[in-house]
Amino acid sequence: MTVNDKQQEIIDEFALFDDWMDKYNYLIELSKDLSEMDPKEKTEDNLIEGCQSKVWLNAKMDGEKLVFTADSDAIITKGLVALLLRVLSGRKPEEIKNANLYFIDEIGLKENLSPTRSNGLVAMINKIKAYAMAYELKKNP
Amino acid sequence: MAQAKTYNIETIRNDFPILHQQVHNRPLIYFDNAATTQKPQPVIDKVNEIYSLKNSNIHRGVHYLSAQLTEEYENAREKIREFINAPSTKEIIFTSGTTHSINAVAYSFGEKYVEPDDEIIIAELEHHANIVPWQVLCERKNAHVKVVPINDRGEIMMDEYARMLSDNTKIVAINHISNSLGTINDVKEIIELAHAREIPVLVDGAQSIQHQPVDVQDLDCDFFAFSGHKIYGPNGTGVLYGKEKWLEELPPYQTGGEMIHKVTFERTTYNSLPFKFEAGTPNYVGAIGMAEALKYLQSIGLNEIAGYEQELLDYATTRLRDIPGLTIYGTANKKIGVISFLINGIHHYDTGMVLDKMGVAVRTGHHCNEPLMNRFGIEGTVRCSFAMYNTKEEIDHLYDALIKVKELFG
Repeated sequence: MTVNDKQQEIIDEFALFDDWMDKYNYLIELSKDLSEMDPKEKTEDNLIEGCQSKVWLNAKMDGEKLVFTADSDAIITKGLVALLLRVLSGRKPEEIKNANLYFIDEIGLKENLSPTRSNGLVAMINKIKAYAMAYELKKNP
Repeated sequence: MAQAKTYNIETIRNDFPILHQQVHNRPLIYFDNAATTQKPQPVIDKVNEIYSLKNSNIHRGVHYLSAQLTEEYENAREKIREFINAPSTKEIIFTSGTTHSINAVAYSFGEKYVEPDDEIIIAELEHHANIVPWQVLCERKNAHVKVVPINDRGEIMMDEYARMLSDNTKIVAINHISNSLGTINDVKEIIELAHAREIPVLVDGAQSIQHQPVDVQDLDCDFFAFSGHKIYGPNGTGVLYGKEKWLEELPPYQTGGEMIHKVTFERTTYNSLPFKFEAGTPNYVGAIGMAEALKYLQSIGLNEIAGYEQELLDYATTRLRDIPGLTIYGTANKKIGVISFLINGIHHYDTGMVLDKMGVAVRTGHHCNEPLMNRFGIEGTVRCSFAMYNTKEEIDHLYDALIKVKELFG
């Protein structure tokens, strides 16, 4: 599945909900399903500090693919983190670097990505892209 | 002072057009008043009138519009003087807000009086705006910031404060009312103790001026800072009150037009008070709008507002305490209508996001009080702050919304 296939899958899932309460309930479910991050990976280096909520992000190469683990101290943010990893984790750095993320806008949760929300998500996406660029550079110096 | 009147909440609410709207298909409940207050129609009309009919740069103008608006600007200064009972309009400096006012004093006073190893006393519950300017000054001058601790209720520990005052203390800078806890600090006592040692005191009045009568002569504070936008006035306005004897001695904080007496390339002499501290074109529209807001408040009565808001606080405190697992941070004996809280195990951001969807506007996070949050061992809180136009029915909605939050995350 391509990045855009995954995004479409999420958009289709959210199309089933007609109000915010259902969407939030689903995000809460997703936050519970996010595979737990090893506490040892919750280092200062991996911490993305938002003004409101914190996000931890760790990256590892698995063969040719870049795998992310992440967590957040706020549930709504964690649910969105789970969605981001579903789209971006386990892909080649090049794919991640070139990914154009539109699904959050499409599922009506755009406000969570405004830079002024400072929940750490915008910084998380920037960091994911930075990892992808760094690993790509490592491969093709 | 204005005559005491009966408090007609319906009339007051009708004066604030912004309150009558829906957000996320729910009636807006605006509980973020400590961040900024909404504007009554007379303030909006005044700003509109100036831009529609009266705009012109003030002071030194020879033409009709300039003279007319200069007079309104100076009348605004007189209104502010009267509102805080300052002895003279020379002591009323227009600024862009509380932060600007405090920075001005930290810079000017610091330049003139602070030397290595001097001490500046602040309290643990200060807003960052009353911490950072003093820290920067102390770095520049090799001086030290001393912090008076608070107790678990969020009250300044007066014994500790009295012990901290010393011959090295150059100034005390203290907030009148805490923005995240609502504590009303006993600034009169704080000032008396400092003055016994001839130490001046700056009062950060950002959260007090809109909630209770303030009399700078009764307080006997040396400086008093507040913001126009928190007192139902336009954004980007503020006031620094300073006793004339200080303002005469202090060097200007910013320089440029308006604040000069004579300029040559060799030397510049400064204008008299208050203009010495108002470099550049001032925000005259904002200042006149702010004076309009003060008139509006006086027409309702500051004591009446204080009494009504106290009722809201008591009602909200009782209702919120009913919610199992809810902890209120800031339980001082004397408080204004601010409730900071957390619900057991639920992140403040999650709570705020759900409240927003239910039409309730609150603030979440550390409220520019990181050291204070550290004191309580938390990352942040959810803060509801009430104003003169809020109602008990809105507090009932907040209660219901919080029950929903608990259902979702509990």
